[in-house]
Parts: sequence; C-alpha cells; structure tokens
Amino acid sequence: MRAPDYRSPTIGIDSVELEARLLDLWETEPGLKGFFSTVDHKKIGIRYIVTAFIFLALGGIEALLMRLQLAGPNLSYFTPEQYDELFSTHGMTMIFLYAMPILSGFSNYFWPLLLGSRDMAFPRLNAFSYWVYLASGLFMYAGFLMGNGPNDGWFNYVPYASRDYNPGLNEDFYSLGMILLGISTTAGAANFIVTAFRTRAPGMSINRLPIMIWGTLTASSANLLVVPAVSLAFFLLWLDRQFGTHFFDPAGNGQPLLWQHLFWIFGHPWVYAIVLPAMGMVSHGLPVFCRRPLVGYSMVALATVATMILGFGVWVHHMFATGLPGLGLSFFSAASIAIVFPSALTIFAWLATIWLGRPVITTAFLFFSSMILLFVIGGVSGYMTASVPVDWQLTDTYFVVAHLHYVLIGINLFPVVGATYFWFPKMTGRMLDEKLGVWNFWTMFIGFNLAFLPMHLTGLWGMPRRVYTYSDGMGWDTLNLITSIGSLILAIGVLLFFINLLKSLKSGTPASENPWDAPTLEWAVPSPPPPYNFAVIPTVASRYPLWDGRLADEHLVSATDRGMLLAEGKETVGTSALDAHPDMILEMPEDSFAPLWLSIGLTVVFVGMLCKMWLIIGPGVAICVFGLLLWLWPRRELREREASHG
Amino acid sequence: MSAVPLGYLDAAGPRAHSILPLTWFTLIVSILVCIVVGVILWIAVRRGTRVASVATVPVNRGSSGTHWLSVGLSITAVPLVVTIVWTMVALAATSGPPARPGLTLDVTGHQWWWEVRYDSNQPSEVFETANEIHIPVGVPVLVRLHGGDVIHSFWVPKLSGKTDTIPGQTNFSWMQARAPGRYWGQCAEYCGAQHAHMALEVVADAPADFDRWKARQLQPAPEPTSASEKRGQGLVEYRCGLCHEVRGTRAGAVSAPDLTHLMSRRTIAAGTLPNTPGTVLAWIQGAQQIKPRCLMPDQALSAPQLADVSAYLETLK
Amino acid sequence: MAEAAWVREGEVALAQPEKLPVGPVGRHGLGFWGVATLIASEAALFSYLLFSYYYTGATAPQGWLLEPYPTFKLALPNTVILLCSSAAAWFGERGVLEQRRGRALIGFAAALVLGIVFVVIQFFEWRAKSYQIGTSSYSSLYFVTTGFHIAHVICGLGVLAAILLWTALDYFSPRRRLTVSAGVLYWHFVDGIWVFIFTTYYITPYLGFGK
Repeated sequence: MRAPDYRSPTIGIDSVELEARLLDLWETEPGLKGFFSTVDHKKIGIRYIVTAFIFLALGGIEALLMRLQLAGPNLSYFTPEQYDELFSTHGMTMIFLYAMPILSGFSNYFWPLLLGSRDMAFPRLNAFSYWVYLASGLFMYAGFLMGNGPNDGWFNYVPYASRDYNPGLNEDFYSLGMILLGISTTAGAANFIVTAFRTRAPGMSINRLPIMIWGTLTASSANLLVVPAVSLAFFLLWLDRQFGTHFFDPAGNGQPLLWQHLFWIFGHPWVYAIVLPAMGMVSHGLPVFCRRPLVGYSMVALATVATMILGFGVWVHHMFATGLPGLGLSFFSAASIAIVFPSALTIFAWLATIWLGRPVITTAFLFFSSMILLFVIGGVSGYMTASVPVDWQLTDTYFVVAHLHYVLIGINLFPVVGATYFWFPKMTGRMLDEKLGVWNFWTMFIGFNLAFLPMHLTGLWGMPRRVYTYSDGMGWDTLNLITSIGSLILAIGVLLFFINLLKSLKSGTPASENPWDAPTLEWAVPSPPPPYNFAVIPTVASRYPLWDGRLADEHLVSATDRGMLLAEGKETVGTSALDAHPDMILEMPEDSFAPLWLSIGLTVVFVGMLCKMWLIIGPGVAICVFGLLLWLWPRRELREREASHG
Repeated sequence: MSAVPLGYLDAAGPRAHSILPLTWFTLIVSILVCIVVGVILWIAVRRGTRVASVATVPVNRGSSGTHWLSVGLSITAVPLVVTIVWTMVALAATSGPPARPGLTLDVTGHQWWWEVRYDSNQPSEVFETANEIHIPVGVPVLVRLHGGDVIHSFWVPKLSGKTDTIPGQTNFSWMQARAPGRYWGQCAEYCGAQHAHMALEVVADAPADFDRWKARQLQPAPEPTSASEKRGQGLVEYRCGLCHEVRGTRAGAVSAPDLTHLMSRRTIAAGTLPNTPGTVLAWIQGAQQIKPRCLMPDQALSAPQLADVSAYLETLK
Repeated sequence: MAEAAWVREGEVALAQPEKLPVGPVGRHGLGFWGVATLIASEAALFSYLLFSYYYTGATAPQGWLLEPYPTFKLALPNTVILLCSSAAAWFGERGVLEQRRGRALIGFAAALVLGIVFVVIQFFEWRAKSYQIGTSSYSSLYFVTTGFHIAHVICGLGVLAAILLWTALDYFSPRRRLTVSAGVLYWHFVDGIWVFIFTTYYITPYLGFGK
C-alpha cells in the first residue's frame, strides 16, 4: 500500500511514549558502525570542533617554535627551510584547518537547535563535508611530516611556488590538499544555505532568525561563490608544476599576478567568512549576559550582509605594492576604508547592549566583551593599511602580522572560547569550571596582548614578515623578546582552556536545561539534547522565544511545549523561505556509509594525483561512483520515487 | 645610522616625507578610537555583577539603543571620509614617478641580491653594480624594477614605500634624498630561504662625491701588480668568473653580483656581512654556513689560494 | 503549499497546518535547492576560468592569440549539438511530467547520445589544434577551460544515464521526480556554460580581443 502523500500533522504535547518512539527513529547505532555512518548533526558538529581544536593546538605549537627562534637576533635553532615550513604550515593550519572548521562545527551543532528543526537540510552531505575536511587535513599534514610541508606562506605566491624554484613535493601537497578542502567547504556552504532558507520552525520569519544564523549564512553564501577561485588557482598551479602549462609563468606569456588576483578574490571574502559567524556568536551570547535583547538586531543583520558584499570588492588591497595603476588602487583603497562602516555598527550595537543592559560576569561574558576591544584594535590597524600610500610602508611588515592576529584571535578565537563556555553545558550536560575559567581568560588576554600589541611597533620600525632570523642593531630585539614571552603566556592560557574542557567533561557541575536563562530555542531541550532535538516542533512568535511574556511585548507567546509531533518516520518540517510557513514534511535519511565511501574515493583520487598514477586514480574514481550511486539511488522512504501507476 | 634603520616614522626624502602626515593621522585616530572604546567598555563592564545563577537577574527589554548606532556611525564617518580624501591626494602626490628624473636606475631582484644598472643616454656612461646604490642628494631618481626570478620587493623605508619586482613586467618607483646619509633597505616580499638576508643600502652623496664615485665605478678593474695579485686574478677569472663579472678581466658571467668595485661597498652578501678582508674570505670559503641555500657554493680554497684571492680582491676598489 | 493556521490558545502561537505534502512534490523539495547551490558554485568556477582568459589576454604581449581567426568548422555544429541535447533532456523531463514513459526514455536517450557525440567531436577538435597544452598561456587556458567543461559534460552524461536507467525502472511519476528535474537542470547548466566558453574563445578574437 502506498504511503499517504499528504498529511495533517498531529499536534500534541511531549510524552514518554513520544520520546521513546522518536529515540527509536533517530538514534544512531552505538559502536563503530554508528560512528562511521552517523548523520546526526550534533555528532558531526562535535567532530568538527574536536578536530579543529587539535589543529589549533598544532598550529600553536608551530607558532611557539617560531617565536623561540625569533626571541633574539641571529638565532638558528631551525634552518631556513624548517622555519619556512613552520610559518607556512602555521598559517595554513590556523586559517584553513582551524578557523573555518571550528565555526562550521558550532554552526553544525547548533543551527537545527536554533532553528527549531530536527537536523540540517542534507544530513549525509553534512557527514561528507566532515570526512573530506579530515582527509584534507591529514593529507596536508602527511606532507608536513614527510618534510614536504607548504613552504611559500599560506598565500603561496608564484613564481616561487612554481617547479623551477620549488621542486619538492611541498607545493603539490598544499595545492591538492586545498582543492580537497574546498570540496568540503563548498558542501558545507550549500548545506547551511538550504537549511537556513527551508528548514526552520514555523513562525521563525526572516526577521526572527537568531542573529548567529545571519553570520554563518552570509559566510556560506560567500564561500559558495569564492572557494572555486582558490581551488582553480591551486589546480592551475599544480598543472604548471606538473604538466608544463604556462598559466603563471612569464616565459610562456603567463601572468604571475593572475595567481594573486585569483587567490585574493577568494582570500579576502574568506577572512570575513572566518569572523562573521563568530561575530554572530557574540551577538547571540552577549545579550544573554546583559539580560536584554541585542541593540539594533536589524541593523546588525544588515551590517553582516553589507560587510560580506563589500568584502567581495576589496581584494586588491593585498596587492597595493604590485605596480597596479593608480585608478584601480584608489577604488580599492576607498572600498577598504568604507568597509569599516558596517563593522563599526556592530561594535556600537555590542557596546550599547552592555551599557543599556545589566551585565552578569561569567567567563563567557568576559570573552564576549573583551573581544570588542580586540576587534577594534585589529580593525583600526586594518583601516591604516587600507590607505594605499600608508600601506606602501606598512605592508609585509610585522604591522600586518599584528593586525591579522588581532582580527583572527580577537574576532575568531576569543568568541569561540566564549561560545564554548556558553554552550558546553548544552552539549555535554556539565558546566565548565568558572574559577579555572577566570584564570583561562586573564592568561589568554594578557598573554595575547603582551605578544601582539608591541608587534605594531615592531612593524612600524620596519621588521619584515617571514624572516627566519634578524640582525641585532635594527631596534627589534626587545620587542621580539616581549612578543615571544607573551606568546608563551597565551599558549598557557589555551592550555588552561583545554584542561578545563577535559576536566569538566569528567567532573563538571551537572547543567540544567537552561543554566543561563537564555532566550533561544536550543535552551528548550535537555542538556545534552536527544538525537531528535525537539520532541514537538516549536512555533516561534518572536526573536527570543524563551523570553516571551517577560519583555513587556505585545505579541503571542512562542510554543515550545506543544506543536507538531512528526513522529510517523524520521521527519522534520520544511518551511517557506521568508515567512517560515510550514509547507512540507521532510523525510530525513537514515545513517549511511555513502558519505564515507565518497570521501575515501576522493582521497584516493587525490593521492593518485599527487603520485601522478592512474593506477591509483582509477580505483578512486570507481569508489566515488559507487559512493554516489549508494547515496543518490532514489529511495522510497525518502519519497524520491514511486511507481507511476498504483 | 638610525637606531631603527628600517623604521619609516622618520623620513629622509620627499617621497617618504609626504606620506608621514597621513600616516600619523591614521595612527593617532586609531589610538584614540581604541582608547575611547576601551574606556566605554570598561565603564560598561564594571557595572557587572557575579551571581550564583544568571536567572536571578531579571530580563528587561530596555531602551532600543538606536541612538548609539546613529551617533556612533556619524562620528565614525568623519575620520573615514577624511582618510579617503586625504589618501587620494597623498597617492597622487607620491606615486610619481617624476617627470624629469635626474638619474635612472634599473634594479633587478634576484634570489638573494640586487642587481643595479645605472642607465644613461650615452652608452659609455652605463655601468652595473650590486646591493649598494649611490644617488646624488636632492635629485629625483627613477627606479625601474625588473623581476629576475621570483617576486621580490624593493624597499628603502626612509626614502620610499615598497614596490614589487615581478617577472614579466616593469614596475616603477622613485626616491630622492634630502641630505647625505646611508639608508638601509630590505626585500619586502617573501622570496625563498634567504629572504631574511636580502638587504640593500642606498647611499646619498653630495653631488661632487657622487660624480667621483660614478667616475670610479665606470673604470674597469686595475691590472694586478704583485705576483700574488696576478695569481689571485687568475683564480678569480677561472673560479668566480663562472658566475661573477669583473670588468676588464675574463670574468664575465652575469648570474651573480658584479665584483668590479667590490671594495667600494660597505657590506657584502646583500647586507649580510660587513665588508672586511676577514668576512670576505669567510664568505668565499663557507657561504653556505652564513647564508644557507644561497646560490654561491662553498669554495674550499687552500690557504695560499685564499691569500692570493684576497690580495687581488683588495685591488677592486 | 499549505498555509499555517495560527491559533490563539490563550496567548500562545501554535502552527496547525493542514494537509502538508510528505516528501518532495514535483520540483518542490530540498534537492532542487541543493543542485541550485552546486550550479552557483560551478558557475563561479567557470567565471574565474574566463576571468583568467580575459586578464591574461589583456596583459599579454602581441601575438598572444595563437588562433587569431578560430575556425568554426567543428565548434559551431558541436555547439548546436549540445543545445539540441538540452532540448532533448527538456523533452524527456516533460515526458515524466506527463506520465509518458516512452517519451521520457526517448528524450533522455537522445540527450545522452547527443552529449556523447559532443564529447567525441570535442576530442577531434583538440587533436586538430596546432598547439598543445604546454605551448603558451593561451593554449593552456584553452585546453584547461574546455577540459573542465568536458569533465562537467562527462559527469552530466553519468547523470543522464542514471536518469535514463531509473526512468526505465519506472521510478518516477509526475509527483515524485525531483531527481529528474534536478539532473536535467544540471544538464541545462552544463550546456548553457558552453555558450559563454564558445563566445570567449571563438567569437571575441574576431571582435579584436587578445591580438
């Protein structure tokens, strides 16, 4: 008998029977089988977070080794090649293997909970994007461990990256690894976009979206359009290196600057993509500890989108010294100065929220509020480099290194740590230790500023980037020593963070459903949430559902204790894009090995490309085809097929 | 030499000088903004309380706060607009290059040294040197930048901002010194293992001194007089001549710095070492220990050979 | 699409929709959005390939165009073949919509065959060129751009073959056919992109670019 094509969903309240039924439908099998086949966004989110934190630690160790060498003039613990691989791998690790994946991890875990849904739009794609991320990280680190790590900096300019000057496998590991990572990022971006627009709780219209959704959504839209630029750039580089093409090689009428354009067309939007979701986390968590809604929600959402759009039009500011004509330089300089505007708006919104609220000090609050200052410091140094003639002195000095660390650590790492303190109770059912948290915060804050504030002066006094050593008599000795000491303190701070995580996992205070009395939907489910997230689908009537009735507002109260049950199968609700009217019942896929197969196939293909062996590429392609068929074969239970008669 | 040879908050020539007011403006605006935001943040956060449970502090809609946004953005707009306009003006003033340069140089960036060619309308006035550039005071100097292998960046902070040397295209920079002095420079684009040791020095001479220096540079190497010098010349032609040029001898290769007037330079190896007999010999014998992976192999000469080479090189003033 | 029925239960908002479709109906489903995002990303990829051509050509010395007057002998008929293949796929999709499996099978089979012909002719075109991929930046760009396109065509042929097979197995109905619509959309994209590539490499030289 054919399953019904239409249904009026049963409305009801939570019950023990309902929960048992949902658990049965949604739970992942325990053991290895479940581990490799799960499509549960929460499990995948945690994997992203754990993996990203491991890469953070690796990147941090690489940084400490560099700071050891730079602590004084003319030191030589490392050879030039070792140092060059260290600084390049450090950059690659932090920007590609930590900064984006950590935000993907938190977004993956929390988006369905924030949106009132039971999973992401494409659960199998979600699993796939994690496996490919892991594979690309292992691929690139395999190169590093073999002494063939990237060695031309994270932005990898030609001609130095070409075979003539860089004959080893270093650049091939980097190029192919980045293309593989790009596949993961694109898959993740597609997932976030469709989830945001089509799977929300009824009533969650566009202006009621939790502000963090705006951040990741904007970043994902940008990634979708610009990741192909860098994947292409690396692919063309690999062809130049291995197959004698002439994309970048002037001897064959190629253009070295083509690399820079393609890379930075990607690279600049990317650096906004790795901070906008984190800014969303601050906008999300800060109001909780100020006991009031965010000031200027609509303006902040618009500013997020405006920043991203403007971010597409500033890439040449990384190329001011390359001899481009003045008219072009002027345009990009003006755009780079103008982009301060929407960022400034967000800063004012945060300051106002704290000022006009009643701040409650917790470790999460300390990280969320301190990042405002770090953001501003990073922002103004960026503003300085936006002016072309000033940048002609500042660029490629340690001034830029100071700038980029203030924006990355200030607008990514600090919010991430704050978000961890905020959401750890929800994810694990335990609170992080607040006393250790205060030590964690101050060590990180003092260490970071001690390391990077003097670095502005080091740059103003002319120390160039990417030097494995420097002479005495340049005026840089003391500054570098202070930076090295500060970096050590910062590292201790991060270590305290990891210790707090591990310790609290075992013996942290048990957490209730809503320890912070926060307003958004993730706090309406148990800590940790069951596999199906919501026993009943909530109906949302405001931006802050759990604060409904307490803010003296004139609207209906959101319903979290009653709603659609959607328990006839593994189901969630699909809603319209702008107004979030329910418009279909979605059948979600079961756990599957297809994403893993496809990831393995792709990895084999890329290993084969690295070795230039069809004998490896061929089977890799076959595994990919197998994985795709397993994944896409139309399934009856997902309503992808039915007999055309009866 | 300045205490910070590569610092650029003090300028020694009009091109670098014309950017200083804008640089200080943006720097002061930046510092002020940080202080103001820091103070506001401090005051706002100080009112915070630590409580056992967050829920005990009731939530409140509070005022909309939009005046913070409108006032804040209005104040922000002012320095931003000023900076944009000022940037355009400063860019027009500094980008040059000068219409009538008094001197034209062709500088080519190589891994890891600077090839410098003094151009002239008269072919007999054209000569080459490396790593140390002399210019006459008060004269605008046009620098044509060529890429030799990978991308480098020509940067003498006290005289001018950076411009890259890119293979396949010619870039232009210019500089002018106000007073005699020595100004340190550095490659400012990562170019491989010895990017850290690719410095250069620009020496601004009074016009008479510059003419004297130039006249000397135009001379070929002098004939060796002593037997040791003659043996040294032979070695230099045979060994060094594989890569280096010494005009007036049979050493005529162009893939390494021109050595014709090596002893007129204050430093060697692109600013890595001071130019003394001891360092020159140490460099010849063991370049790979001083600048690992540079393109000069260790020579492993015997002691008598070293003495002869040293004697000959000393004549290349 | 069912309208949400809002009920005031006391002061609580509660969505009580009636008769929601279960699973994707026609084109209305998540999979279509998914393929649309994939197409957006791939379209961006081809934009960057064409950007590379225009940027390199604009900054290259004289004589960069190895073929100042590219011949249309193979490329023009091939373009027509590919566009016909799109029409055939559209025809096949209509067959599914109208529940006429014979028509659907003919349409998809024709699209597949025409696509294969395109690939074969493209290989002949490559062989007929007087230059190779490593000759210069122009030739590198030509072969890599058309190469990326052929790779997308081959993936599209796989998609068409799968759709053909699944249609033959009677998997689809007018309601349950999102797979078909999404796959055919991808095929239209692959064919549409070719028009841009063709214009860039075959037409702009006649308009004076790159000489």
